[in-house]
Amino acid sequence: MASSAGARPSASRTPLLALAILIAALPLALPNNYTYEIAILVGLNAIVCVGLNLLIGYAGQISLGHAGFFGLGAYGSAILAARGGWPASISIPVSLIGVALLAWAIGRPILRLKGHALAMATLGFGIIVSIVLATEDRYTGGPDGMAVPPLASFISGEKTWYWIVAAALIAAVWLARNLIESPRGRALRALHGSEVAAGALGIDAAAHKLSAFVISALFAAAAGALSAHYAGFITPGKASFLHSIELVTMVVFGGMASTFGAVVGAAVLTTLPQLLTVFKEYEMVLLGAVMMLTMIFMPRGLVPTLERAFAAARQISR
Amino acid sequence: MIEQYLLSGVTTGAIYALVALGFTIIYNASHVINFAQGEFVMIGGMASAAFFEAGIPLPAAVALSIATATLVGVLLEKLAVGPAREASVVTLIIITIGASILLRGLATLVWDKKIHRVPAFSGETPIALGGATLLPQVLWVLGVSAVAVALLAWFFRRTLTGKAILAVSHNRLAARLMGISVRRVLAVSFGLSAALGALAGVLIAPIAFTSWDVGVMLGLKGFAAAILGGLGSSAGAVLGGLALGLIEALGAGYLSSAYKDVFAFLIIVAALVFLPNGLLGRRAAERV
Amino acid sequence: MLLRARSLDKRFGGVAALEAVDVAFERGAVHAVIGPNGAGKTTLINLLSGIYRPDSGSISFQNQDLTGKPPHEFAAAGISRTFQNLQVFFNMTVLENVMTGRWLHERCSLACALLRLPSLARAERACREAAAALLDTVGLARWADARADNLPYGALKRLEIARALAAEPRLLLLDEPAAGLNPSETREIDELIRRTAARGVTVVLVEHNMKLVMEVSQHVIVLDYGRKLAEGEPRAVSRDPRVIEAYLGAEACST
Repeated sequence: MASSAGARPSASRTPLLALAILIAALPLALPNNYTYEIAILVGLNAIVCVGLNLLIGYAGQISLGHAGFFGLGAYGSAILAARGGWPASISIPVSLIGVALLAWAIGRPILRLKGHALAMATLGFGIIVSIVLATEDRYTGGPDGMAVPPLASFISGEKTWYWIVAAALIAAVWLARNLIESPRGRALRALHGSEVAAGALGIDAAAHKLSAFVISALFAAAAGALSAHYAGFITPGKASFLHSIELVTMVVFGGMASTFGAVVGAAVLTTLPQLLTVFKEYEMVLLGAVMMLTMIFMPRGLVPTLERAFAAARQISR
Repeated sequence: MIEQYLLSGVTTGAIYALVALGFTIIYNASHVINFAQGEFVMIGGMASAAFFEAGIPLPAAVALSIATATLVGVLLEKLAVGPAREASVVTLIIITIGASILLRGLATLVWDKKIHRVPAFSGETPIALGGATLLPQVLWVLGVSAVAVALLAWFFRRTLTGKAILAVSHNRLAARLMGISVRRVLAVSFGLSAALGALAGVLIAPIAFTSWDVGVMLGLKGFAAAILGGLGSSAGAVLGGLALGLIEALGAGYLSSAYKDVFAFLIIVAALVFLPNGLLGRRAAERV
Repeated sequence: MLLRARSLDKRFGGVAALEAVDVAFERGAVHAVIGPNGAGKTTLINLLSGIYRPDSGSISFQNQDLTGKPPHEFAAAGISRTFQNLQVFFNMTVLENVMTGRWLHERCSLACALLRLPSLARAERACREAAAALLDTVGLARWADARADNLPYGALKRLEIARALAAEPRLLLLDEPAAGLNPSETREIDELIRRTAARGVTVVLVEHNMKLVMEVSQHVIVLDYGRKLAEGEPRAVSRDPRVIEAYLGAEACST
């Protein structure tokens, strides 16, 4: 095999371009507001998943509480905007800074944990956040949630929001890919491959895990804030354990260590329940069955399995 | 007042211990965290309610529901976890999550979304004990759990199947080379865990009622208890379960019932930060 | 003195893996640490690379006190190592493994990474070329783009050495580099060690292969049951009766 010293950088720009084209062309296929709404939901989930994939797929950590960051980002901006009267252009960045600080503070002790202990600690964090959000009703409106002012008076309607979320998603994917392809991305993958060897090469494991954790928390919080201003409403259910599990499932389903896998996973597992509502009471059974069957037959996730199938097909046709 | 909290804590703790043991047994045999464990608890409660409401006497209804759950557990292993044996741990976890969604969906189809009651095993007249009053059902919970734990300990130490399960959990390849059928061990482990979960569901249903989604929180708490005690340690599962139950009850009593779960999870996370392998977990050193 | 460790103690539970061990490694030589199985050789290497913390004792490298510091600070000070149980990054290609070894020489801030600043492309090209050159020196150039988990065992051992060298260390610790290799592969390792030492890298070798040790090292330390048993030139150490007894038993001495 010949060494391809310069080949890689340009190769990676194509998928991003393809995604941008797809997103730009998609509205042509969306017939009504409901489909736009689903597309926006997909985009928001995809932003969280791209960040979560950095943590799970590349850094090899686990978080079963990421919906907590989503909820904190959402409520942070909602409370500052609704109760404090701040404009969204300020409430969102401030909320994100707050989440970053919190993620940094709790990440430091809990990222020393590994495997199931880390899963449990992140799970605990997520549950604590969702309970606090539901209980402190003076600030948060309690279990029924609270109303959220719009992003700006001139921003409303599904079509406008589609472009806002699309831009945010492209930005998220761009940032994530840049990180992954950089030496820091290699450092993360090294940590995942062998933490001990990575340390012996001068990679500060704790610092890198923490930065992956904080970055993924920021992606989740940003998506949360956008979702709150889009819906005009936010409930504690957005920070629930079930939502956290949904997010992890999307990442694994789409394919870990694959940014586009995260997007695909979000797309499939956001639209699928919507499609299945026609089956009414069979929705849960079908969703569960689909999840199980896909993971049994495509254990590496959707995108890596398809990538392999294409590569194999190309080999055969040569 | 404290006796009441302690009693309530030990009662829920016993239930958490049974669920945690279910997690531990499956984890030991297959290194999988079975996120459908809570659903076995739900099946125990809902099936016994359904059988009883259909006219079957309570003892038979209880036995049938545990048998049903055991069957579901074995099927889960044979149809879902077994075929995906070579997959990564995270993939297996997602499969069990899918299974839990499937089982909850099936529960709403086979039964319904309503809350069901199961009659107490020996009546509802409260008994006075020390400074506390307790329902007779609480004695059933404590007694049966204790017997179950003792039977499990005997099973693992004295029977061939039990020892086979332990062998597989320590070194699967070596166990296979010794002639142990790993498939059979996995099936037994899942069946056993399901039975334990269903037992917990059946015991607690007369006190806490039962419904299609009662397994979500119970499964979660059982998982937390297993990790707190040290995942992989049966004694740890029991200790973690009791500890969690007590922490929750004391939190509900002295702080607020709204924040009892926050209190409990904070303590668990703090405990893990200081004891990453749980209370009784072994420190596994990585050989480099 | 490049590296001086005084009075190192390391216990695991009740077992003393190392007891009051003093070692000193001079710059520019090839040193070897030998001893029967369980003597504490890998424990020593783990202490000298920061993976274990000594229960007592001190480690100083180029007059810098490294005692109790985390492994990445040992690496930053100029110490690199390979592992007895391969710790190759199997989730990367061969080239990427070695490129990762360049981490300490590629300053890449978070902003630089996230925003793909122009300086990054240049740095990455340089990194790629340096890594490719190293693969060439260990004879793995043709496998540069292969996934690491496709390589045979002998090649993986050489890959670990290339990766460790990518960090441009002053001190290279090799933990059983010839373990599991056939004679011709061992000869290649021998060659590699000589060339590395010739370039000014101090090498410390943990080995069971006596032939390799005798041929390539100038200074040998013998460990037994966690204590230093003997030390000196290879020839002298190999004739030391205490060393022979430790390896072959007391009877071997009397014959």
